[in-house]
Amino acid sequence: MKKVLTGNQAVAHGVLLSRAEVISAYPITPQTTIVENLAELCADGILEAKFLRVESEHSALASIIGASMVGARTFTATSSQGLALMHEMLHWAAGSRLPIVMANVNRALGAPWNIWNDQTDSLSQRDTGWIQLYCENNQEVLDTVIQAYMIAEEVYIPVMVVLDAFFLSHTSEPVEIPEGGEVDKFLPKYHARYKCDVNDPHSFNLMVSPEYYQEFRYKIQYAMEEAKKVAKRVDDLFAKSFGRGYGPIEGHLCDDAEVILVTTGTVTSTSRGTIARMRERGVKVGLLKIKMFRPFPREEVKEALRGAQKVAVIDRNISFGCGGIFGHEIKATLCDEEKRPQVFDFVTGLGGRDVTPSLITEIIEYTCQNERPEGEIIWAGMRG
Amino acid sequence: MAEIRFHGRGGQGAVTSAELLALAAINEGKYAQAFPSFGPERRGAPVVAFCRISDEKIKIRAAIYQPDIVLVLDPSILRLVDVGNGLKGDGTLVTNTRFSPEEIKDELGIQTRLATVDATKIAREELGLPITNTTMLGALLRAAHLVDKESVIEPLKDRFGRLAERNIKAFERAYNETRILEQGG
Repeated sequence: MKKVLTGNQAVAHGVLLSRAEVISAYPITPQTTIVENLAELCADGILEAKFLRVESEHSALASIIGASMVGARTFTATSSQGLALMHEMLHWAAGSRLPIVMANVNRALGAPWNIWNDQTDSLSQRDTGWIQLYCENNQEVLDTVIQAYMIAEEVYIPVMVVLDAFFLSHTSEPVEIPEGGEVDKFLPKYHARYKCDVNDPHSFNLMVSPEYYQEFRYKIQYAMEEAKKVAKRVDDLFAKSFGRGYGPIEGHLCDDAEVILVTTGTVTSTSRGTIARMRERGVKVGLLKIKMFRPFPREEVKEALRGAQKVAVIDRNISFGCGGIFGHEIKATLCDEEKRPQVFDFVTGLGGRDVTPSLITEIIEYTCQNERPEGEIIWAGMRG
Repeated sequence: MAEIRFHGRGGQGAVTSAELLALAAINEGKYAQAFPSFGPERRGAPVVAFCRISDEKIKIRAAIYQPDIVLVLDPSILRLVDVGNGLKGDGTLVTNTRFSPEEIKDELGIQTRLATVDATKIAREELGLPITNTTMLGALLRAAHLVDKESVIEPLKDRFGRLAERNIKAFERAYNETRILEQGG
């Protein structure tokens, strides 16, 4: 059934179809309508889930950790400062190996206050042990929420589904909604391998001495590597069931490309049109969309960028004192390649600044015209 | 692709108007996208919403800077906001006003095609409220055949339930009462 949904409504529909059993969230712009939608679905009895009202994002995730520990399928959503406040609990969720699914609407962090699109909130949580999946349109948002549960519940790693503030969260567009029965077949009820149960008492997370702690970390890393394979299998299965698949990355017109543009989120969508027009002008440019950021799909990225002379990364984020975060990952990934393309790292679109087709065109033209970048970071779309 | 920019005041339903137009287009098998000006919602403050309609899948994810059509829901905004900013030379400005298109042309110095309707009067008479979002959709479709008039009826019924009939009447009246001044006219 086709419906017109905002990105936030697509999240809520994904959670409904996945039959989450416990939801806890604290509202924050631009995530608020996710919480409103889910609260309404619970109140109306359409979604048979317990909705927990809490006083902060820290408590939202803490309560979800408790619910997940007793074996419930759980969900929370947040954004920006809310995600930052969850930081401590993000580690606890991953360390406890709980298959929690969260939606994070990418919003800039303060100070100064800004409610608009920026990826630094989720990217600065990259070392917490969560899988991170970035979405390009509202269809992908809905589909990724459903896939996220299947991945999380197989590898016991929590998953963060990430969508751009406003460009997705508040934009209405057509979304194909799978039939509930079909999703039930694809994603069966969750049965936790380990859980807190009064009739079969076990405990989670006691003190672990230096003799054991490192192995716990090794196992998370091992599960993250497994998650790459699992995510691919889940995506293939999803494509078979629903006719739509995404992959951890997507190469578009990369085979003969001299310059490859690397993008995430909605910038990918806008870039598709820009690249089509530049191809018509004879510019050999391709596009590499990165959907999966953690675990980082190193081998696939290497494969896609092999043969390119130059790579232009668009980073809607910044790691101060270093550079764009995706740019940094790409450079690290390519460092042991025999023939390395020159990487140009463009930081732009921060705090909701529009990344327009003409800005993307400028970025590609700069990359074509210059042997090397002017520095580690090229600031694009600055005020004149 | 047609790109439409809506100007209104927070609470007047500019976003709803953009969404209803997108729904009508999608119901016709077209592609469409509707989104608000991205910011904190403030009742009464000037707000902007956008709608794109296309026969092909819409990939662009950025605001509209050079609209084909500008729709103004509130006449007081004409003097506050540069509503014609970026409007294409062959575009159309559709506005709620009690003045004629000729008078608006003189006052604002707008060179493009113009369409006017007294939507506040129609909305007051039909809905009992000066909320002009559904009324101005009638004017928009009279000025530009973006979708069939009939395609808007279903989304109006879905959105407004028991208030739908009144909204449909206001929409139809605006369609009939809109006056158009062709470019150079």
